[in-house]
Amino acid sequence: MLEVQSVSKTFNAGTPNEVRSLRGVNLELAEGSWVIIIGTNGSGKSTLLNAVAGTFPVDDGKIRLARRDMTRWPEHQRAALIGRVFQNPFSGTSPSLTIRENLSLASRRGCGRGLGWGLKASLVARMRDEVSRLNMGLEDRLENAIGSLSGGQRQALTLVMATWLRPDLLLLDEHTAALDPKSADLVIALTEQVIARDKLTSLMVTHSMHQAANLGDRLIMMHRGQIIHDFQGAAKRRLRPDDLLARFEEVRRAEQLDESAAQMLAEQYV
Amino acid sequence: MSLLIGTFTIGCILSLLALGVFISFRIFAFPDITADGSITLGASVAATLLVRGVSPPLASLAGFFAGMLAGACTGTLHTRFKINSLLSGILVMTALYSINLHIMGKSNVPLLSVTTLATQSESIGLKIMRGATSFNLAGWEVSVRDASVMAAVALAVALTGVLLYLFLRTNLGMAMRATGDNVQMIRALGVNDANMIVFGVAISNGLVALSGALLAQYQGFADVGMGIGMVVWGLASVIIGEALVGTNQLGMTIIGAVMGSVLFRLLVAVALRWGLSPNDLKLITAAFVFCALIVPQFLRKKRLRSAHA
Repeated sequence: MLEVQSVSKTFNAGTPNEVRSLRGVNLELAEGSWVIIIGTNGSGKSTLLNAVAGTFPVDDGKIRLARRDMTRWPEHQRAALIGRVFQNPFSGTSPSLTIRENLSLASRRGCGRGLGWGLKASLVARMRDEVSRLNMGLEDRLENAIGSLSGGQRQALTLVMATWLRPDLLLLDEHTAALDPKSADLVIALTEQVIARDKLTSLMVTHSMHQAANLGDRLIMMHRGQIIHDFQGAAKRRLRPDDLLARFEEVRRAEQLDESAAQMLAEQYV
Repeated sequence: MSLLIGTFTIGCILSLLALGVFISFRIFAFPDITADGSITLGASVAATLLVRGVSPPLASLAGFFAGMLAGACTGTLHTRFKINSLLSGILVMTALYSINLHIMGKSNVPLLSVTTLATQSESIGLKIMRGATSFNLAGWEVSVRDASVMAAVALAVALTGVLLYLFLRTNLGMAMRATGDNVQMIRALGVNDANMIVFGVAISNGLVALSGALLAQYQGFADVGMGIGMVVWGLASVIIGEALVGTNQLGMTIIGAVMGSVLFRLLVAVALRWGLSPNDLKLITAAFVFCALIVPQFLRKKRLRSAHA
């Protein structure tokens, strides 16, 4: 479904602030798989998601989705195939537009936008259905501006919007990290529902070891712009949060070793 | 009475300018200075065509499209060439000064003996009143000419306002509003935000130019200097309108911009009547917008301070 082939990205190349965020990442997603990405800060997990979404052009490599090479597509063109939910609950909705208007915009993701009426009765009826399924009482507030809602409500609506038209790929970028625990649980439950219902292919970044262990059917761990672990099938099912923490500890030790080794070399040879 | 009607008429005409400024400043948060040039562009295109004998509605429409073209230039400079929005507007506005002179061939085109929308609505008014040149309204003597021009302008503005409202609720219009609100979201929903900005700034300047075309026909001339300070004028109207309606519902903000423009014109007329020198008008307008911009901040700070005390 999704093929990421040796993708590299360096920010601020040639300056003292140079960051090699992605170093030849290879990843292939089967149709209908739900892949969790974890990693330390700056490991490149969000960068990988943004590279797939087209937020910036990659330096090297290829990105294919649904048998189409979209390496050179601009972000808005890729959006025809991709649904996204961001970490910031305010990023996925337009605050001064009403709930209805936001949903209407989402109902034409990747379609042309002409002078057709944005709020057709049939569309509004379906909105009522979909929104009442969230159990947030929002179906009676469809004409309120989205800016008046809480972060959790906005994130739930963003999820509805991202999957209104079935996306070939759903990108979830730590989409519960900025929510309170109760809203986070709710949004995760909704995520599981919609992924199961529409059999979506999904790529999800998370900081929560609990989510990483319990969700999805495959888990990859990133470090310094590369994939260092890839758990699939039974190996993924056996993973517990403690196992993941142990892997992080390993990485940390390896880092320290690197540093002390470098120091030793420096002392001996410089 | 005729002064009041004149004030109301100009207020209505300039409310199209206010709607244009509303689109660029409020919907897109795009500080677009092009308006200073495009209001004159609309006036000069319409006036030049009228002098050549083109029908007034067609000449006004041509003014509108000329304004759209100017706006599209500003939008393209900003989105395609990544020039700062303010600078893009300044560049196009400056270029328009020469272009306007070329269109008119001189710095001022009088429209005194030419058929305009104003003379057309006058003759329709006279026909309706069966030749009477004035009528009595609640004890005031009202000239049919003034009243019919005012009615025509009010009708045109109401029509434009309704069309704009309907447009902003179409799929395209909603995508434009969301672009100004949250660019990240609208890209993720597959909209080319650069195109939206170009198109939005074009519509904004089209309305501003239409306002200029009507103004030229009302006052009977187009002048190359008539656009100076008009952006600030429009901004003042929008700010007053927002204070008047006190909500950010789409329909109300459009009505507010129109009401704000009329009220602002009225305030200016009263100030001039009381002896304010017309030379000070721009200074006062700028000072007014300055106050309107800082007062809300000031109030918020004061409220915070009293909450802490």
